[in-house]
Amino acid sequence: MTEQFTPPPARGCASTPVLKERGQHEVFCGLTGIIWLHRKMQDAFFLVVGSRTCAHLLQSAAGVMIFAEPRFATAILEETDLAGMADAQQELDRVVSELLARRPDIKQLFLVGSCPSEVIKLDLAKAAERMSAQFAPNVRVLSYSGSGIETTFTQGEDACLAAMAPVLPHTEARELLLVGALPDVVEEQAVGLIEAMGIGPIRVLPASRVNDEYGIGPNTLYALTQPFLTDTHEALQRRGAQHIAAPFPFGEEGTTQWLRAIADQFDVSEAKFAEVTDAPRARARKAVAQASEAIKGKSVFFFPDSQLEIPLARFLTRECGMDAVEVGAPFIHKAVMSSDLNLLSEGPVIAEGQDVDRQLDRCRAARPDLTVCGLGLANPLEAEGLTTKWAIELVFTPVHFFEQAGDLAGLFSRPVRRRALLKLEAAE
Amino acid sequence: MKLTVWTYEGPPHVGAMRVATGMKGMHYVLHAPQGDTYADLLFTMIERRNHRPPVTYTTFQARDLGADTAYLFKDAATAAYERFKPEAMIVGASCTAELIQDDPGGLAETLGLPIPAIPLELPSYQRKENFGADETFFQIVRALAKPMEKTAHVTANLIGPTGLGFRHRDDIVEVTGLLMDMGIEVNVVAPMPATPSEIAKLGQAHFNVLMYPETAETAARYMERAFGQPHTRTVPIGVGATRDFVAEVAKLAGVEPVLDDSRLRMPWYSASVDSTYLTGKRVFLFGDGTHVAACARIARDEMGFEVVGMGCYNREQARMLRSLAKDYGVEALITDDYLEVERRIEELAPEMILGTQMERHIGKRLGIPCAVISAPVHVQDFPARYSPQMGIEGANVIFDTWVHPLVMGLEEHLLTMFREDFEFHDEAGASHHGHKAKLREMGIKDSLKTETDSAEPLQTNLGPVEIVWLPAAEKELKKIPFFVRGKAKRNTETFASERGVSEISVDTLYEAKAHYAR
Ligand code: SF4
Repeated sequence: MTEQFTPPPARGCASTPVLKERGQHEVFCGLTGIIWLHRKMQDAFFLVVGSRTCAHLLQSAAGVMIFAEPRFATAILEETDLAGMADAQQELDRVVSELLARRPDIKQLFLVGSCPSEVIKLDLAKAAERMSAQFAPNVRVLSYSGSGIETTFTQGEDACLAAMAPVLPHTEARELLLVGALPDVVEEQAVGLIEAMGIGPIRVLPASRVNDEYGIGPNTLYALTQPFLTDTHEALQRRGAQHIAAPFPFGEEGTTQWLRAIADQFDVSEAKFAEVTDAPRARARKAVAQASEAIKGKSVFFFPDSQLEIPLARFLTRECGMDAVEVGAPFIHKAVMSSDLNLLSEGPVIAEGQDVDRQLDRCRAARPDLTVCGLGLANPLEAEGLTTKWAIELVFTPVHFFEQAGDLAGLFSRPVRRRALLKLEAAE
Repeated sequence: MKLTVWTYEGPPHVGAMRVATGMKGMHYVLHAPQGDTYADLLFTMIERRNHRPPVTYTTFQARDLGADTAYLFKDAATAAYERFKPEAMIVGASCTAELIQDDPGGLAETLGLPIPAIPLELPSYQRKENFGADETFFQIVRALAKPMEKTAHVTANLIGPTGLGFRHRDDIVEVTGLLMDMGIEVNVVAPMPATPSEIAKLGQAHFNVLMYPETAETAARYMERAFGQPHTRTVPIGVGATRDFVAEVAKLAGVEPVLDDSRLRMPWYSASVDSTYLTGKRVFLFGDGTHVAACARIARDEMGFEVVGMGCYNREQARMLRSLAKDYGVEALITDDYLEVERRIEELAPEMILGTQMERHIGKRLGIPCAVISAPVHVQDFPARYSPQMGIEGANVIFDTWVHPLVMGLEEHLLTMFREDFEFHDEAGASHHGHKAKLREMGIKDSLKTETDSAEPLQTNLGPVEIVWLPAAEKELKKIPFFVRGKAKRNTETFASERGVSEISVDTLYEAKAHYAR
């Protein structure tokens, strides 16, 4: 493929001062990740130790998507559990024993901490250790925090994967590890492309079953597929594994550069790389061009949500012709994000954290053509005449890699096209 | 510790949000972590509200806990007052903030705000959403409403409607109309859509119409004591209940009972011949106590169904529902455990479920038609069209809604006649539905559906006798249309076990059919 990408900006956003906000946040907590993690890990059960609020959050976020008995549940703390610590640990043992007796298909159990369990200092790590010993070798029990006082939305997945990194066996093999829970169709595409370049075996974290697991070690090379996996990144570094830094695989450019970084590590030739990627690159470019017609030259404003904001702003500005006004992210991990920040032209406000009312003021003043925000804000902003895209869909739908690049652009252009399409006034 | 998958009710602070979001000029400052803001989407997405709920969350984080979370609350309350300039505030804690014991009520008092800041004590680890709404409304009334001179004309308050309420928006219109026909004016409707200054005027009405005991019973009792306002006991859902309601209101108001039933079509629709097929349909009801009680009466007396079971998830109504269930000769199921409800439905194998969105899921799994009669509900139960449950139009709406999931009368016969026809075949379900209903997990093995795969005989353990279906009988059972097959199987097995018969033949099947014939 000879066509070149837009040249990188002379000054990217990597050194732009970040607007740090501390006020009311309008975001999910890390428990939400359970909704997609439990689909991905088919022998895992997620047991939240929390309150009725936590159970209600999971239900509201899952909506009507799941009607079978799902592989997650909440152990709701009651008045009696709050009275004494010893009781709560015993109660947890009882709940887990009953659960595992009823669900022999469960091979990994995650005890997920919540705000209430953390405030009362219920030690889930200790509980997991005790239970692992009790239920070994049939069930592995791990713990992580998905609480709203420790984690924001996608950080729940990060905390879960970071908890798995230390228990993977050791290996000296030089292997590629892809990190992030992607929809199966997307994961298969990625693996297919990389294998076609002659790289293998390819490992994936999380594996879909505990028995599919592999080892990691100093010769493991890993690529992150999601920008929010920063603790996992650090946990893998502690195991000696090496990070392949790259922009995230959104859009044609992101995917190409991400694959390129991997290919370089495994000495894949130019010719081979072109042979594997030329056709899907051309398809992606064409699909993005078509799908982004309606948003070319329009402005976009990101409320913080999933930490996908910076890579997506890079995609929208460089491949779809949009102008970013503000890019808000709940957290910005400079090391993981630098490749994307370097490609994002200087100009937009880069904001970390949130003060939702002040951010709404800025958004109303800027009147962007498209606002990317959470479900609590979308309809109210639409009612004020702004066009919105719900951010959560970006996490729930397949948007990575070449074949989804057009769909990704479509997610942003559909609301814009729809607003142009609707004629709800009288003809006169 | 209680293991929970799906819940019928959220935590109590969500009940408080329903009150605040229904009102105007009220603001809720909630001491809570960031994740609790998910509750906004219930209102903006499920109910499609076009504004944010008037709630400021303090969104404290772990690093704040060691230091001072109280100042966060004070800052948030001050900023909320300055930005939104509400007429009044409610302040409280979510489950996590309850544990750190910052006392939002006391903190708000120290701020010296020029508006009332009403403290809420909602025990998150004991109570639930309906309690939260009921208690919040009561505290607001107690703080803002004072005894007043009654209006010259006879007036009533409508109390109970909240944000996210099942058809509350339209019920208000319908009940207002019922009162107007009797020359009774509405004084205040609260909590939705009242302002705090309207709440202050509650005392001038002559009586209260308690629309939803779940959310306003405590306030109604308080107003009875404090303002001498009696309140209605009948909830006007259904034709009979609407007539009773009119009579009750007439007595309270000292006027003649008047009901304009010129738009009432439900009784005729129920009497018309196409409805004959509704006779004796076995229904199971589950939801909040008020809606279940009202709908049980409609089911039995106005639709001609057979009520085979009922229950509610809110313990506050357990006693009422238990005694009502006795009148229907069934045992009430009082639980908030969705799996227990599913088990009961499997046992009873009803032909229809009247329930909440949870029972809709259960119905989908079991292939049993379901109509929604109670919260919790999902986005499709907030329709664009006028769609009340109460009053005359409510009765019409209920008839349509309940009949919709069923196979229509004539169609039922066609299905029996042309069972082998590719379009009418057994599993196609009702022809006016896109999806096909599937009968599963009702003790009827999949082998019944595929003739090739019937090596294993159908076996059921019902009490002391193990019952086996002989192949011919099994085949015959399969010929029975899917929507009555569960009942036929159950009846036959009960019939057999009562007679100590352990093998079911074609004859047993038809003897049982004759025995149960109605
Ligand atoms: S923010 Fe905390 S209390 Fe709220 S749902 Fe999340 S973990 Fe539970």
